[in-house]
Amino acid sequence: MKLELGRINIEGLSFGANTEVNAGILTINKDELIALIKQDEFIKDVKVEFASPGEKTRITPVKDVIEPRVKVSGSGAVFPGMLNKVETVGEGRTHVLSGAAVVTCGRIVGFQEGIIDMSGPGADYTPFSKTHNIVLVIEPTADLSQYDYEASARMAGLKAAAYLGEAGRNATPDVIETYETLPLMDGVKAFPNLPRVGYVYMLQTQGLLHDTYVYGVDGKKIVPTILYPTEIMDGAILSGNCVSACDKNTTYHHQNNPIIHDMYARHGKDFNFVGVIITNENVFLMDKERSSDWTAKLTKFLNLDGAIVSQEGFGNPDTDLIMNCKKIEAQGVKTVIVTDEYAGRDGKSQSLADADKAADAVVTGGNANEVIILPPMDRVIGMYDYVDKIAGGFDGSLRPDGSIEAEIQVIIGATNELGFNRMTARGY
Amino acid sequence: MSKIRVVHYINQFFGGVGGEEKADHLPELRLGAVGPGMALSQQFGDEAEIVATIVCGDSYFNENTPAALEAILGFVADQKADIFVAGPAFNAGRYGMACGGVCKAVQEKFGIPAVTAMFGENPGVDGFKQDVYILETGDSAATMRTAAPVLAKFTLKLAKNEEIGAPTCEAYFPRGIRKNVFAEERGSKRAVDMLVAKLKGEEFVTEYPMPHFDNVAPAPAIKDMPKTKVALVTSGGICPKGNPDRIESSSASKYGKYDIDGLNAFCANCAETAHGGYDPVYANQDANRVLPLDVLRDMEKEGKIEKLHKYYYTTVGNGTSVASSKAYAAEIAAELVNDGVQAVILTST
Repeated sequence: MKLELGRINIEGLSFGANTEVNAGILTINKDELIALIKQDEFIKDVKVEFASPGEKTRITPVKDVIEPRVKVSGSGAVFPGMLNKVETVGEGRTHVLSGAAVVTCGRIVGFQEGIIDMSGPGADYTPFSKTHNIVLVIEPTADLSQYDYEASARMAGLKAAAYLGEAGRNATPDVIETYETLPLMDGVKAFPNLPRVGYVYMLQTQGLLHDTYVYGVDGKKIVPTILYPTEIMDGAILSGNCVSACDKNTTYHHQNNPIIHDMYARHGKDFNFVGVIITNENVFLMDKERSSDWTAKLTKFLNLDGAIVSQEGFGNPDTDLIMNCKKIEAQGVKTVIVTDEYAGRDGKSQSLADADKAADAVVTGGNANEVIILPPMDRVIGMYDYVDKIAGGFDGSLRPDGSIEAEIQVIIGATNELGFNRMTARGY
Repeated sequence: MSKIRVVHYINQFFGGVGGEEKADHLPELRLGAVGPGMALSQQFGDEAEIVATIVCGDSYFNENTPAALEAILGFVADQKADIFVAGPAFNAGRYGMACGGVCKAVQEKFGIPAVTAMFGENPGVDGFKQDVYILETGDSAATMRTAAPVLAKFTLKLAKNEEIGAPTCEAYFPRGIRKNVFAEERGSKRAVDMLVAKLKGEEFVTEYPMPHFDNVAPAPAIKDMPKTKVALVTSGGICPKGNPDRIESSSASKYGKYDIDGLNAFCANCAETAHGGYDPVYANQDANRVLPLDVLRDMEKEGKIEKLHKYYYTTVGNGTSVASSKAYAAEIAAELVNDGVQAVILTST
């Protein structure tokens, strides 16, 4: 399977009569976008606001971030099985509005929504301080159940991203990147002397506000299976979850999975990147055992020499991570695991809820409990009502002057477990 | 700028009192630098001055620790010290324990930094590395010449509140404190590099060495439940409606203790969950699903248990560090034992 990603660099946003891309500026017909989102009977109102890098702007509570993309050629369309028909994606050409992102925001569904600061110290921790954000502030209808609200907010973000992505259909990309994964035996013939490696992609699937979808299937209900990496670039996997802001994989993270990109960068040179094994993180022990047995079985079935295993979330999924690692290593397949840490505000605690000596190669996205002070901002998109309540906040987190003292847990993507950031934690 | 005031702790041997036969030497205060303090003073130059030295016998300290600490802290109190230094203790075990213990006590009592130095196998390292900066030295006093400059340099740095680098750069034993830093490469690239190294059998450094995992053996079964007083404890965040104590949805900094006397079951109007790590809908509808008050009341009536304890204890497990959890558990367990509780049903989520 071969996919060309045509990147159209977006350097600014504006409102105008037509939704289009011109000379790096994404112009948006606001009324058309609002009308599209309000087609959903559960959405009473939606505001569209812009937030660009360097502004003294804070966005909260943030649910998801999505990158606008459009399929230009090849079968299917973005977010198959969820927004579009379930046809297999990952082949042909996809255009990307690089540097733009849709951010969904609004009163909380649960406790797990987060914060994006566009400048100041908080901006260093989130990748979305570097994107031009089209923020949807969603107001659901009264008495809407949490389940329906989550689904509507999720769909609103996807619809907006697909709508904006269309503007890039006929634009000329600034850069074209090509990614190709060969069928199994062709790969063996092409790279007979290289070690074979795979990527075990753990998806958060713990229930409401902790869900991920694969071609429209609730990730709780999948058994581990194999995908071409390029399918993921076309939105085959998307986030429906709101696990703690810092280590939730937003849909944007899935679309731009850095492990996939960095494995492709070495593909055919240092190893043969065979493909992606997706698996889930369910709460029942039987599911954990089945899924980790199957990931281990599939790594062996693919004759892998090594695998990178990435986690999403923390605590309960630490057990899935360690089970995967232990069982894959037991098959003779070498692993590197990517996680983050909850070492306490003072950094003195044990960081994970499970451990095993097989996990001898660990990359960490940092300690989510570390406390940060976020200064007041000139403008807030969304609302301040929930800062004390969201995961990582505490009684008094929001101070009278609009500054926030909280764990970095509250910042979207701060300790991402796909290795999206440069942050790590070290023992001192 | 005035000189940094240093107080130095050494044992009876380095204090020139005598060897093992004088190990019961009582704590003694001398003004100025003594023994190894001379070497440190030389390194300090004009920047710092050892204003006083405390000499104490190793046996005396280890056999009479509270009294020894009291005397030593009393000496330190009068010296207006900016920083406290102990040792180096090299591979002398009891000396190492004393250096670690005194440094820890001084830090806690006076809020000034403290540092010591010893050999890696000295029991003082394991005993105190989490609390105190312990620099690595050779195993005997023969290495004093190399140890003194390192200790002196680090002392100045610490006293001047300069940034302390990673353990490998500064030669101290890692204290087990995790700190966030921005690496050169993003995490995914670091993971790929690590995988390539591991496949080739080359050396690589894991970013998080696996901790020693603490397994708790299940308690023996209770033989006579009808004569047992049972308590309910949960990490599932069940609390009175409105979460009056503001227990955090993640990384709980506290636990709650709530009276359930006369309450037959939780209801949607009187209880909810504060927990941010699982689907709260079903717990908020009926908190008995997480903490089975209703069933325990039935069992109490049926005589299957003698009594349900008057209070339940609750916290949020989500994102809460193992160290915090242990601390809450120790306090809760002590109270339960004190209240005559014989069994606990501990529910997680």
